[in-house]
Amino acid sequence: MKKHITYIVLGLLALVPLLGLSSYMMHILILVIMWSVIGMAWNLLSGYCGQVSFGHAAFFGVGAYTAGMLYSKLGISGWWGFPASVVVVAVFALGIGYICLRLRGPYFALATLAMGVIFRIVAENLVGVTGGDLGIMLRERTWIDKTWYFYIILLVAAVTYYLVRKIIESKLGYYFVAIREDQDAAESLGINTTKYKTIALILSAVITGFAGVFYTNYMGYIDPKVVFALHDISIITIMVVMVGGVATYWGPVVGAIIMVLLAEIIRSIPKLGTAHHTLFGVLLIVIIIFLPNGIVGDFSKLKRLFGMRSPAP
Amino acid sequence: MSLLEVKRVSRFFGGITAVKDVSFDITKGEILGLIGPNGAGKTTVFNVVNGFYPPSRGEVFFKGEQISGLKPHQICQRGLARTFQVVKPLQRMSVLDNVVASAFLRARDRKEADAIAAEVLNFTSLDEDRNVISKGLPLGKRKRLEIARALATRPDLLLLDESFAGLNPSELDESIQIIRNIKKKGITIMIIEHHMKVIMSISDRIVVLNYGEKIAEGSPLEIGRNPLVVEAYLGEAQSA
Repeated sequence: MKKHITYIVLGLLALVPLLGLSSYMMHILILVIMWSVIGMAWNLLSGYCGQVSFGHAAFFGVGAYTAGMLYSKLGISGWWGFPASVVVVAVFALGIGYICLRLRGPYFALATLAMGVIFRIVAENLVGVTGGDLGIMLRERTWIDKTWYFYIILLVAAVTYYLVRKIIESKLGYYFVAIREDQDAAESLGINTTKYKTIALILSAVITGFAGVFYTNYMGYIDPKVVFALHDISIITIMVVMVGGVATYWGPVVGAIIMVLLAEIIRSIPKLGTAHHTLFGVLLIVIIIFLPNGIVGDFSKLKRLFGMRSPAP
Repeated sequence: MSLLEVKRVSRFFGGITAVKDVSFDITKGEILGLIGPNGAGKTTVFNVVNGFYPPSRGEVFFKGEQISGLKPHQICQRGLARTFQVVKPLQRMSVLDNVVASAFLRARDRKEADAIAAEVLNFTSLDEDRNVISKGLPLGKRKRLEIARALATRPDLLLLDESFAGLNPSELDESIQIIRNIKKKGITIMIIEHHMKVIMSISDRIVVLNYGEKIAEGSPLEIGRNPLVVEAYLGEAQSA
């Protein structure tokens, strides 16, 4: 049963559009899956390889703008962003990696934080290239109905999940975790830490970029403040994984469900709605203190807390 | 034939000379002990040989190839592995995963890495602890895990940095046996050790450092009788 849980979840999800859910419910589902993808991508670099990024909005935004600019500049469908973003995002990731990956720990985190902000400011000001604050509007959406969007992002998520699993169980995964646990030890065990950190960064960036491409096509409108946002993209990415469980397969999914639902619920509360970032901050503090490994990572702890006792030790 | 040649290596940290003009060779198949009082520069020699620090002056040759200036991972790929005095296990990984991670250096796939890891764990008698998260391992076993991990990279030369420090007598005997078995496998060993009984009994040759300089080199017997060495350890003899 446990072995097949992935297929069961995937199969059930594939049937969801047949339920005839409201457009709003579908929207929430699509957002949850999109955030799962971003979370899984971030988990690869920061959860497994230990290089905590505060700037994933840069990759999300570059992906989104690749799709947007293919449409606005070349007049071709934004969906071409998927293949194009692989190259574009990888090139930007290489550049960011060259600058940031020589730094360790909190210094790397701060450098990526700066990178994310720099990308937003550049995108806002290079009006000739990005359209600046006006953003990019796709004049015609591919589908009115949400079903196909749902299937596309579900496919991206399924492929990402499969990829992350394969990577983590292979040599690459062992090297990532070795680098996270002790970079000097890893280096002296013959692991080219610079190379493998760069690989982790590029994989993570490209997958995040995919989510960005999807976002452009799905929402039909992007601007720098939205897709390069520090608090709404970079920080939420970290929260999704922290809440769900760092370096776990299902953590990002669980985290995405909680964060998206929470954001929707809090926003709908009158007056308190605008304070949702504050509440997210409080939530993060609670998680770090009581469930440092996230909901999936500390599941046994949660079970005990709610009296579902596991067999006595 | 010399497996490793250290040629007139010096290493400065700012104004401090940690290692000064040290030269020595290691012959294939031997166990070379590196001893000296605290702060003599033993670990710095290791760090220079292993590639963590480039030498400020001098050169290091391994299998006839210059390795000073290469990165640690490149040096490890050429067959030179090390352990750390302050153990650096990959904490949140199991003992098995620790060894598998380093076995991947030579293994082409997971199966091969698992096979190398199983063999090394058996060799170092860590079999029973394979699923223990290495953070929870007692010090003696963590020291042995360091050795296991280094062995999994299939080295020709193994640098052991105080692998015996802090062990109880029974662990000590076990580790000495492991070192002897490593030698039997044809792996050359350079070992830093404070435990005189151990170093005198297992080394073929000993190099003595004091204040960063080599003060003596020879067989354990010669070293034990060398007045310079005795002086470095016990202070100058006083005429009563």
